[in-house]
Amino acid sequence: MATLEEKGQAVSSERLREFLREMLLIRRFEEKVEERFRAGELPGFLHVAIGQEAVAVGVCRALEEGDVIASTHRAHGHTIAKGTHPNEVMAELYGKVEGCSHGYGGSMHLYDVERGNLGANAVVGGGLPGIVGAALAFKMRGEPRVAVAFFGDGATNIGTFHESLNLAQLWRVPAVFLCEHNRYAESTPSSQHLPLEDMTKRAEAYGMTSMAVDGQDVEAVYETAKKALKHARDGKGPVFVVADCVRLSGHYVGDPQVYRPKEEILELRKSRDPIELLRAHLQLSDEEFEEMDAEATRIAEDSVEFAKKGTDPKPEDALKNVYA
Amino acid sequence: MPELTYREAVRDAMSEAMRRDEDVFVMGEDIAEMGGSMGVTQGMLDEFGPDRVRNTPISEMAIVGAGIGAAVAGMRPIVEVMYQDFMTLAMEQLVQQAAKHRYMSGGQIKVPLTLRTQGGAGWSPGAQHAQQLEAWFVHVPGIKVVFAATPADARGLLWSSIYDDNPVVFFEHRTLYNLKGEVPDELDGIELGKARVHREGEDVTVVATGRLVHEALKAADEAESDGISVEVVDPRTLLPLDEEAIVGSVRKTTRCVVAHEAVVRMGFGAEIAALVQHGAFDYLDAPVERVGAEFVPVPFAPVMEEYVIPHADDVLAAVKRTVGKE
Repeated sequence: MATLEEKGQAVSSERLREFLREMLLIRRFEEKVEERFRAGELPGFLHVAIGQEAVAVGVCRALEEGDVIASTHRAHGHTIAKGTHPNEVMAELYGKVEGCSHGYGGSMHLYDVERGNLGANAVVGGGLPGIVGAALAFKMRGEPRVAVAFFGDGATNIGTFHESLNLAQLWRVPAVFLCEHNRYAESTPSSQHLPLEDMTKRAEAYGMTSMAVDGQDVEAVYETAKKALKHARDGKGPVFVVADCVRLSGHYVGDPQVYRPKEEILELRKSRDPIELLRAHLQLSDEEFEEMDAEATRIAEDSVEFAKKGTDPKPEDALKNVYA
Repeated sequence: MPELTYREAVRDAMSEAMRRDEDVFVMGEDIAEMGGSMGVTQGMLDEFGPDRVRNTPISEMAIVGAGIGAAVAGMRPIVEVMYQDFMTLAMEQLVQQAAKHRYMSGGQIKVPLTLRTQGGAGWSPGAQHAQQLEAWFVHVPGIKVVFAATPADARGLLWSSIYDDNPVVFFEHRTLYNLKGEVPDELDGIELGKARVHREGEDVTVVATGRLVHEALKAADEAESDGISVEVVDPRTLLPLDEEAIVGSVRKTTRCVVAHEAVVRMGFGAEIAALVQHGAFDYLDAPVERVGAEFVPVPFAPVMEEYVIPHADDVLAAVKRTVGKE
């Protein structure tokens, strides 16, 4: 019997519950990251994806075995959604050998090649050309795989974005360019960095198929991502997807957000929190939601315990892994 | 042994790798019908088709970056950047991405990318098409840097670069493309990180790269008629560097000149000088001399260009300074 999804109908409520569990896990994980950073336990620069969970989950659930992603400096959500265990992500944030990059990467350089995560990139727009190349390899070898680049609206102003979209469309490689349009390039609002309102016009300039979606609606993200991935996988060329989303946190952990009215975040938390939106859509009882939430909280807490018990690299391990 | 030009030698290594291995392909600007700005890829489109000899837009960031991504995904791409001056446009992809993926991933990723580029003065192309920028790249952990001076070296070193699992920047010198030389019957790799002694000598070691290898050999001939015996060593691979060969040679000759076409200041020769003063300090009979371009952009007017870049007589003068025969 065909599932509802296969008939092109709404995602089943059971599936949506899975999405909610994962979004909750990312949220509680990110809150733990903020907490442990403030406690002075986490080195480095940290960027949490609170508010953007629906994009990570909606896109990564739509991927198929063999598909790959490249992420951004705001990478924890994508990495967990792509299948890396929260323990390995947290261990990386603590700089431990058990981390997904074995302590060599940190928050902004999470890799998990076995699970198709080709790496988070701390250079805005830095991962896009590589995704074109991975997609080119899939096309040349005739493999039905798609390469997906996550990036933000800020990245659409950098040269790699334009060169990558141009080349991808020219060669019709199976890539999806997933723009998380949260309307802030670090601290700079889109009014100060984007000369256009309709971001899909960016892709139109290259003759590329584009799609826009409400990034706070995980079901819509999932369905749009499915369409985009199918288009790319079917050899019809790359797709540019704009997910209009909301960053409910600062650019980095500890960002006082002086550039943003306090009321804006309070209002957005009330009206645009993707977890609350999905909870309402599913009409979950408090009991069911709290049960899910308790499970997510437990996994996040366990990840901290796991990470703290992890192994510190030997200082001289710094000399390894420079060359293959 | 067959004789090939430097240009044919580069092409031969690429073509043979592409015949043997589906994962190898080339991409770059004007490399298909036109056969490359220097004619290196001529005929390759006919043999391998447009899928594997990929003409690209003028987009250095995307070309180099796509090479990185394809390499990460299991291919062995050869990217041609038309002039090394244009590598400046792709520095982020090379330095921040290609060089660091393996390290930042804790060893999960390999980037078997070969990035061929050419350059050098000699044809009066002016300041934006004539630089020698190899010193920029040897400063970056995670990439390898090769600079071939002869057809045999170009062929063998390029072969090894293609089959190396790391990103390799492969420099060719424009004025060497028509240079003919014997190559081995069988195409075989030359190990990266091994220097070549072009000429043995007793009094002075000249460590030279690229075009200056040939200038150094001319200078050595002239020095010989003056009774000075010069050893010419070409590192061939600038990173990793064959320190043992260089230090060993200087310990024998007790004098050292380094010669490259790039500007002297902060050039590759500075590293050689540091290596030699440390590795052969007790053996040195003279300060290490450095030969290279004046610290100016490469000028256009032929007389100025000739004045700025080094030639055999500059190498000879440096050799004579080390033996006190100025």
